Parts: sequence; structure tokens; C-alpha cells
Amino acid sequence: MTALIDTEDRTELDAAANRELGARSRKLLFSLLRPYRTRVILTLVANLVHNMAILAGPLLIAAAIDRGVPAALRGDTQVLVLCGVAYAATSILSAALHGVFVMQLNRLGQDVLFDLRQRVFDHAQRLALSFHESYTSGRLISRMTNDLRTLWDLVDSGMDDMIMSLITMVGVAAVLITLDAPLALVLLLSFIPILLITRWYRRVSVELYRATSSSMAKAIVHFVESMGGVRVVQSFRREEPNERTMDGLAGEYQSAWSRSMVTLGTFMGSIRFSGNASIAIMLLIGAYQVHDGTLQLGVLTAFLIYLRRFYDPLDDIAMFANAYASASAAMEKISGVLATEPTVADPENPVPLTKARGEVRFTDVRFRYGPDTPQVLSTLDLHIPAGQTVALVGETGAGKSTVAKLVARFYDPSEGTVSLDGIDLRDLADTDLRRAVAMVTQESFLFSGSVADNIALGKPSASRAEIEAAAAAVGAHGFIAALPEGYDTDVRKRGGRLSAGQRQLVSFARALLADPAVLILDEATSSMDIPTERAVQSALETVLTGRTALIIAHRLSTVLIADRVLVVDGGAVTEDGAPEELIAQGGAFADLHRTWLDSIR
Amino acid sequence: MRSPSAQPKRSTAASIRRLLSEAYPERWSFAAAIAVTLGAMLAGLAMPLLMRRIIDGPVASGDLTTLLWLSGLFLLAGAIEAGMFYLRRRIIATPVTMLEKRLRLRLFAHLQRLHLGFHDRWPSGQLLSRMGGDLSTIRRWLAMCLVFFVANGTVVITGLAILFYLSPVFGLIELVAMLPMVVISWIFEQKYKTVARRAQDQEGDLTTTIEESVQGLRVLKAFGRGKDRLKIFSAQARALRQSELHKAKLLALLWPLTMLLPEIALAVVLVDGGLQVAAGTLTLGTLVAAITICTYLDWPTRSIGWLLAESNETASAVERYYEFMDTEPSIVEPKRPKRPARPVRGLLRFEDVQFQYPGSDIPLLRGFDLELKPGETVALVGATGSGKSTAIGLVNRLYDVTGGRITLDGVDIRDLGLAELRTLVSMAFEEAVLFSASVRENVAMGSDRPVTDEEIEQALAVAQALDFVRELPAGLDTQIGEQGLSLSGGQRQRLALARAVLAKPPVLVLDDPLSALDVHTEAEVEAALRRVMVDGTALIVAHRPSTVLLADRVALLADGRITVLGTHQELLHSSPEYHRLLSTMEDDVEAEVAVP
Ligand SMILES: Nc1ncnc2c1ncn2[C@@H]1O[C@H](COP(=O)(O)OP(=O)(O)OP(=O)(O)O)[C@@H](O)[C@H]1O
Ligand SMILES: Nc1ncnc2c1ncn2[C@@H]1O[C@H](COP(=O)(O)OP(=O)(O)OP(=O)(O)O)[C@@H](O)[C@H]1O
Ligand SMILES: [Mg+2]
Ligand SMILES: [Mg+2]
Repeated sequence: MTALIDTEDRTELDAAANRELGARSRKLLFSLLRPYRTRVILTLVANLVHNMAILAGPLLIAAAIDRGVPAALRGDTQVLVLCGVAYAATSILSAALHGVFVMQLNRLGQDVLFDLRQRVFDHAQRLALSFHESYTSGRLISRMTNDLRTLWDLVDSGMDDMIMSLITMVGVAAVLITLDAPLALVLLLSFIPILLITRWYRRVSVELYRATSSSMAKAIVHFVESMGGVRVVQSFRREEPNERTMDGLAGEYQSAWSRSMVTLGTFMGSIRFSGNASIAIMLLIGAYQVHDGTLQLGVLTAFLIYLRRFYDPLDDIAMFANAYASASAAMEKISGVLATEPTVADPENPVPLTKARGEVRFTDVRFRYGPDTPQVLSTLDLHIPAGQTVALVGETGAGKSTVAKLVARFYDPSEGTVSLDGIDLRDLADTDLRRAVAMVTQESFLFSGSVADNIALGKPSASRAEIEAAAAAVGAHGFIAALPEGYDTDVRKRGGRLSAGQRQLVSFARALLADPAVLILDEATSSMDIPTERAVQSALETVLTGRTALIIAHRLSTVLIADRVLVVDGGAVTEDGAPEELIAQGGAFADLHRTWLDSIR
Repeated sequence: MRSPSAQPKRSTAASIRRLLSEAYPERWSFAAAIAVTLGAMLAGLAMPLLMRRIIDGPVASGDLTTLLWLSGLFLLAGAIEAGMFYLRRRIIATPVTMLEKRLRLRLFAHLQRLHLGFHDRWPSGQLLSRMGGDLSTIRRWLAMCLVFFVANGTVVITGLAILFYLSPVFGLIELVAMLPMVVISWIFEQKYKTVARRAQDQEGDLTTTIEESVQGLRVLKAFGRGKDRLKIFSAQARALRQSELHKAKLLALLWPLTMLLPEIALAVVLVDGGLQVAAGTLTLGTLVAAITICTYLDWPTRSIGWLLAESNETASAVERYYEFMDTEPSIVEPKRPKRPARPVRGLLRFEDVQFQYPGSDIPLLRGFDLELKPGETVALVGATGSGKSTAIGLVNRLYDVTGGRITLDGVDIRDLGLAELRTLVSMAFEEAVLFSASVRENVAMGSDRPVTDEEIEQALAVAQALDFVRELPAGLDTQIGEQGLSLSGGQRQRLALARAVLAKPPVLVLDDPLSALDVHTEAEVEAALRRVMVDGTALIVAHRPSTVLLADRVALLADGRITVLGTHQELLHSSPEYHRLLSTMEDDVEAEVAVP
């Protein structure tokens, strides 16, 4: 998985890697444009006609001066006026077509951008947690903002001029060849340095733009973290160290940009010089040819005038090459995210499960978070019959949350299988699994938006009455109703408008509303006061009937409502039985229980 | 989350002026770049003239003696033009990017210092979009548009002057054609800027959604709500696309107009000039010259449309930037900071403290009185949502009291230097905030001084985190992922605790610091904490009797003030409210699990 994105922060790549990245980006670009084929063509046609109209302009001026004026001198002003009117008419036509083109190009670009945004967002949602843990939100944000903007710049700037330039160059080249083929051949030779310069620029600029893109990503990562933890930043006076870090990152970005601007300057200057120098050479050759009588003076004059017209558009093409280099560096990164396979993927042929009973089984499960991290679970064999309430207890870091996360299929086991109702989780469609299993995670995350929306995340189709019922069931209705706008109060980023206990209550209500066959509660009441926790527990006793439940808690009051307790230690289940049994046996759980009883006295 | 942003108030010119005042230190570079751009234009103009000289002179006459010399001159002009092309970017590259960097760093520094009330109010994506997109827009304008604005303006004015010189009528025609541009650009500014601003705000909102969707991914996965989130995202992206298309529609009207007007002028000049030539009042050469100038003015006039659009876009980015920069931090250093007497004893007093969150109608804390004697540990208990976390956030001035005062050793904390106060008071929050850095860096944050590994290990030992840190793949150097999510809940909490106790501060404030720990670990942490807390004053928010027992006295927060104060045992018997809050479970459990 990481193989595709680990090139991300490197700027210099070998030829093979470069080619591979280029091919991947191009493939993405074509797949984005394919649905809009006809519109691409129509847009191009609008531009083509617009440019033809522009090219007609000088011809009309020439006609006015060469024919209109002499005619007018003879007293016939008709031709002159006609030329003027025709000139105005072509201008209007070309302006109108330009308007059409701008609109079409923007529409096309925005549609493609919209598709790409959606595609990246959707893909990111499907990628496994392990991907996100190493990729970080900041980098993804950077991909979806900064890199996408670069892509837009390609459309926004240059596309128009570039097309015009290409047409002009082709047209002028044709004229030049008809004027004097041998001289036009010399012209071809002048393309050798231009091509060499362009090749050099492509190589260098892609590296520089890779650097701008990845240094921006780093700055964004730092920014996101600093702003997300601004409470700690201020409390621990991290402002200055953070600024130093940012200074370094912004400096990297600055120097990459500065270098790319200078490089662009070198490129543009060299292209311009090549053009000018070849005109000079051609002027000399032409002059000698005229002197020798092998070339007519008129032809040389025309040739030279057109020649300048030929090299002028090279600027626009160079600018486009620049925007393209920048966009392809961005494309490489975006396509890298898109090419990453979700490791915890939906099965191709899912086994249907419409109504889960809630029987969970771990068979020979081993698990480690990454290839070079220690094994967290070693050979876990566990059978939880449908409807049972199981409590997981154990020291912190023992692996309780890990067990829970495997049931919710946040990760797939490294070895062995986890199954629901006898079906391997890997064979279940995501929608079926999520309908059957809901989890309150240890860190209760709320999205900015109303309280109601946050609860409704458990069941988007829920009515307001259902939402309120769920809130009431966990005892959250009272405080929510007391908020300034009740259920419509915005809880702000990460639920910051609420207290920690209130956030947990909302998360709890959310899980209840989901009405799953298997409910996982990971430390879901740890921040609540005792009466609130108690209210939640008594609610649980009714809620849990007919459901399988996996409860993780350090406060044994919660554990004691379970049918069965599992003591997890060092990644294995060391004790397993009804709470009373275990207490009577006098093992680790009895010990925990004693300590706990002491602590609450 | 809706962003609390306002509609544009300043005019484009005012915003651009403000930006230019930022660029004042770089003014000579910009001047040089403009000069070079004009130079390139002149060299470009010289080349066709030279070419004509060569053709009309040596080539036509067949006398090649001056040919080499003139061609050399032509090549020189070409080289100068190319050199100027290079120089323009060379000159501007460092100043512009340094300016962008300066603006970026200043925004970052400012945001870090803005009070939490600000951060509560603004969605994160709005901060980020200013930091990223808006500043890129500004850079692009400075690098491209500013120079062309002046250079093209100069060309247009010079061109007009020449036209007037050639024939006042031609000058007038061209001028009249340009006049509507003023009206158009005025209307355009109003419309375009509003839409540009909307698009920028929408991009900020979109960024918020992206950020939250990644950070809240566990919840989205747990409920399989990725698709619903995508719907929200798509709706926002569609709205952004709508605004962008609105912008495009305006451009699709503006650009053709700016293109058309000079062309029409040219057509009129052509016909009128032709007629004048016919009437004998004008020479053909003058007409040709006038037309050449008109065509030469074509691009500079046409570019006005593009420059206008970019300038409005930039003006609104500048506005958004200053919207934040102009927000004054409401938690500020005192004018003349007092220093508490050394050594700091740690007498912490809340005196009739009132606190009200902005936007709420009733104060949350109403007459909160509490005194912590030096060296004393006080537990703060209260129902969920009673205001405990709020109260302790006042101690290191994350928020300021709205009434009353808090004193440390008799000095109002608002009279202490902010950095000093925050050094004296160390905090652990209820949700452990960790950064994607090494374990060492995360803990070392707790101290201003450079700390030795030994000190870090001591702090980790207090938090009972030493064992698990040693077992991490790279020990202290292990990188913990974003927000520390590659650790277990209890591991995160203990690292945050180690950070808080690292510097052995005179005042230690802990918000429910043991909520994620199992009872064994909790007991061990408590024993260790008790040892380190003998010297300092400590205020600990607690929900469990076990944590309360750490404290010498317990204060119960209810109805926005401390209602009772005493030892745990005293209060259990004397205060029914306290009893209800901290001991109901006990009877219950005894009754339910009668151990055989
Ligand atoms: N995403 C992750 N990547 C790598 N290691 C992880 C990750 N999550 C957890 N771990 C490690 O796996 C082990 C078990 O973690 P887990 O979260 O399952 O513990 P826990 O029993 O839930 O503890 P707690 O009671 O503190 O929540 C810990 O040592 C932890 O550091
Ligand atoms: N930023 C905020 N803006 C407005 N109101 C807030 C804000 N933060 C918290 N509140 C409200 O203030 C009240 C007190 O919150 P606080 O976090 O201080 O409670 P707490 O006593 O710490 O509760 P808990 O035990 O659940 O942590 C809550 O009702 C909460 O909704
Ligand atoms: Mg856990
Ligand atoms: Mg709190």
C-alpha cells in the first residue's frame, strides 16, 4: 500500500519511476476527461472559430489599406466602409465566441474538478484506517486543496492562449513553407535548441513543483495540528517553537517557489533568445540569398514578418508547459492516493446478511498494527453467542480496544478470522456489516453541526422524535433541551461547545439510534459523573436485551452488568467467565474487583 | 458549520493599497521588475524597426557592408529582450515569495496567539484556506499582475499620447472606446468581488468538511456513514462549483467586452482614416502608423479584463487575511507585568469569579469562590456539564473571567506575564492532546528549559508510562501518529499527564486525569502523584471517589459556584448532594453483587 505513496516526499526520481508516475497521472487525466469528450471537442471548436476570426482581422486591415483607400481616392468609399464593417463584425463574432469559450471551458474544468474532488473524497473514506494513520489529515487536505488548485490553474490560465498559439504556429508554418521551402527548413533546425531547452525544463520543473507541493503539504500538516491543539500550544507556550518549525517549512516552500520562478525565467528567456537568434540568422541567410538573386526581396520581407509571428506564440506555449509541469506534479500525488488500494476492502462477492443475530467469533486471530510493530493480539479464540453481554477488562494497553476494532472491522486480522453469524467479516458487504455492528469509540468525536445531526449519524433517516427518544434513553435530553437552540445547537468543531461528559452522552445516543445487533462500547462512560453513568447503565440493561454487546470499561460498576467477563492481558484472554464466578475464583479479576471496591469506599 | 464571515466592506482599491503597503520593503524590486518589463517591450519594439532598416537598407540596395553590423544590433536587441524576460522573474522571485512567507508566518503566529474564544468560533477550514489558498492568490497577483498593471498601463498611456500626436481624432476615438471600461469595471468590481469572496468562503467550508471527515473517520467507519458524508461534501463542492461558474459567467461577459472595444475603435479609425486619406487631410503613412499603434495597444487593453478579475480576487483574499489579522487577541499581556515574590508559594484563589461564554445568555460560573493553600491538593467535583473544565481553564487564562478575579500568591493573574503564568501553572486536559512527533518531544513540551532524558523518564515514571514507552519500537524516539492515535487511550492520557508534571510546576491543574486508566494503574499513578504533589498546589477535576481521595479537600461545584467544601468523608456525611454525586454506586453495588 505504502509503495505507491512513499515516493511522495521525494522530488528526484529515477527515469523509470518518473515514467510510471507520468503514466499514472495521464491515465487519471484521461479518465476524468472521457465523460466530457463531446464538450471538449465543442469547446475546442468554439476556440478555433474564435481564433480564425482573429486571424482574419489583419487581412481585412490590409484589404482596407491596399484596396479600400485607393478606391476611396477614386471616390468610391464603399470598399473601405465594407472593410471597416467587416472588421467590426469579425471582432464581434470573435468576442462573442470567446465568451462562449470561456464559459464552456470553465464549465468543463469545474465539472472535472468536481468529479475529481468527489472521487478523492470518496476514495479517502474507503481507505483503511492504517492508511490514514500514516498519511495524516493535513496531507490529504493539501491534496484536496492545494494540489487541486494547481490543476485548476492549468485550465484557468494558459489553455486559451495555448490553443490560439498552436493554431497560429501551424498556420504560419504553412505560410512559411509555401513562401520558401528551403528557408523554412532552416526554421526546422532552429527547433532543435528549443526542444532541448524544453526537455531540460520539463525535468527540472517537475522536481521543483514536486517540492512546492510536498513542502506545502508539510506546512499544512503542521498548521492543522497546531490549530487543532491550540489549547495545549498556548498552555505550554509552544508558540515560538511552532513558529520556528513553520518558519522552516514555509522557508522550504518559499525557496522551492522562488527557484521555480527563476527556472521559469531561464526557460522563457532561452526560448525567446532562440527565437530571436534564429530570426537574425535567417535574416542574414535571406539577405545573402537576395544578394545572390536566389530569393526575391518581397518574399524575404513577408517571410520575416511571418517569422516573428511564428515565434511570439512560443511564450504562451512555454507558459502552458509550466502550468502543465506544476499540474502534473500535483496529479502525481493525487493519483497516488487514488491508486492506493483500500486494504480493508469491500468483498467482490459479498455474502448477504440482512438480519444479523449477533454471534461473534474470533478464530486463531493474531494481530499487529503494522509490519514493524509488535504483535498486539496473539492467538485469540473467542466465541460470543448472540445476545450475550461481554465485558472486556484489563490493564491499559492490553489490547481491549484492538479487539473491539477488529469486530467493527477497522482492521483485518493479520492471521485468523473474525466472523459474524458464522460469516467472515471480510465476506460481508460494508453496508450489511455496519447495519449489524455499531461502536462507540474511545475518543468520542462529534462533527461540527447540530446536536441532532450528530445523533442522527447513527441513523440518517431518523425522525426528530426518534432522535429525542434516543437522547432521552441515555439521559441526555435534559441538557440538550437546555442548550440555546436545543437540538439545533451547533456543537462546533469536535463538539467543543459541549463538556466531555455531554459529548459522550451524544455519542452514546448515536449508537443507540443505530439499533445494531452488536453494540460495542469502548470506555463510553469514562467522563461521566456517577449519577449520569448510572442512568446510562440502567438504560443499558433494557437496551441490551436481545443484542450482543461488547463493553470495555475500567469502572467495574459497568462491567458487573455483563453476563460474562474477559480479562485481557498481553494480547490474550487470561480469564473468562461470569463475573461472580471470576470473583469467587480469586484470579486477576477478583483482584481488580477488590481494588475497585476499596477505591470507591 | 457556518463561518461567521462578513460581507466585503472595503473597496478593491483599498485592499490592494493595504497589500501594497505590506510590499513596501520590496518596492525597489518591484520597480526594477517593472522597468525591466518595459525594457523588454522597448527591445521588442526595436526589433521590427531594425528589421525594416536592414531590408530597406543593405538588402534592398544590395550593399552588404552595413548588413553584419545591423544584424549584430538586431541580435543584441533580441538578446536584451530575452535577458529582460529572465530578469523580470529573477528580480521578483525572492521578494515575492519572501513576502508571501512573511504574511504566512505572521498569520500563523497571530492565530496561535488568538484567544480560544476565537478558535471556538471559527471553523478550522477557514483558518486553513486563508493560510493556503488566499496567500497563493496574493503571491500570484504580486508576481504577475502588479508588474503588468503598471507596465501595461504605461504602454496604454504612451500609446494614447502618440495617437493624439498623430491625430487628435484617433486619440479621441480610442479614448472614447476605453471610457466604457471604467463603468464596466466599476460594476464588475461590485459583482465579481462578492462572488469571489463567496467562493473563497465556500472553499474554506469545504476544507473544514475534509478535515473533519478524516479526523472523525473512526466514527464514520463505525457507522458506515462514508456515503452520507460524501453527500454533504458533494453538496458543498457543488455550491463552490456554482460560485466558480458564476465568476466564469461574469468573466465571459467582461473579457469579450474588453476585447471588443479596442477592436471597434480600430474599425472606426480604419474607416475614418481611410476617408481622411481619400479627402487628402491625412497621409497614408500616418494612418498605417496609427493602426500599428492600435494593434500594439491591443494586448495591454485586453489584459485589463484579466487584471481586473485577478485584482478583485486578490482584494477579497487580502480582506479575508486581514479579517483575522485585525482581530485583536482578547487575552493579552498586562501593560506592566508584576512578578510574584520568589519563591512562588502557590496560593491560588478564585474570588467571586463569574464566567459567561460569549453567545450564551446566562453566566456559567456565578460567584465561584475557592482558595487553595500553598501545597494543598483540592479536588473539584460536579455533575457533567457543571463547569469544572471551564473553571480550570480560567487558571492559566485560556479564557478570562468575566467578573471577579483569580489570584496567585495575591497577584491577579491578569497582572502576571502570560508566559510566566503559563509556566507556573501546568495543565493536563480531559482529552489528551498529542502531536505527531516523538514521545520525547511530546513530553518535553511540558518545560521551557531543555530537559534531559532522565527528567523525562522521571515524569513518565510518575504517570506509570515508563514501562510501555520502553517497549515501544524506538522507545522515547517512537513517532506517535496524528493526535497520538497509534497509542491506546490510557497510554495517551498518561503521556499528557507526564507532560504536565515534567516541570514540577508550583500549580498543577489536572482535568479528570485518570479517567482512562484501569484501577491498578490508577492506584499506582495516584501513589506517585501524591509523592510529587507534596510541594505544589494542585487542582484536580474528578468524577470518581478514587481520584477524589488524592485531595486534601474536595470542592463541589453546583449552580456555578462552590456549594460545599471539606474532606471526602466529611462531605459524604454532611452533604446529600455530594453523597448523591459520589457514592450512590457504592450502596448499589454492594446490594447487587453480594459476593458469596
Ligand atoms: N493504531 C495503532 N498503531 C500502532 N499501535 C497501536 C495502535 N493502536 C494501539 N496500538 C498499540 O496496541 C496496544 C493495544 O492497544 P489498545 O488500544 O487495544 O489498548 P487498550 O487495552 O484499549 O488500552 P486502554 O485501556 O488504554 O484503552 C498498545 O500497546 C498500543 O500502543
Ligand atoms: N466553548 C463553549 N461555548 C459555550 N458553551 C460551552 C463551551 N464549552 C462548554 N460550554 C458549556 O458549558 C457547560 C460547562 O462545560 P464544562 O466543559 O466546563 O463542563 P464540565 O463540568 O467540565 O463537564 P464534564 O464533567 O462533562 O467534563 C456545558 O453545559 C457546556 O455545554
Ligand atoms: Mg482502549
Ligand atoms: Mg470537563
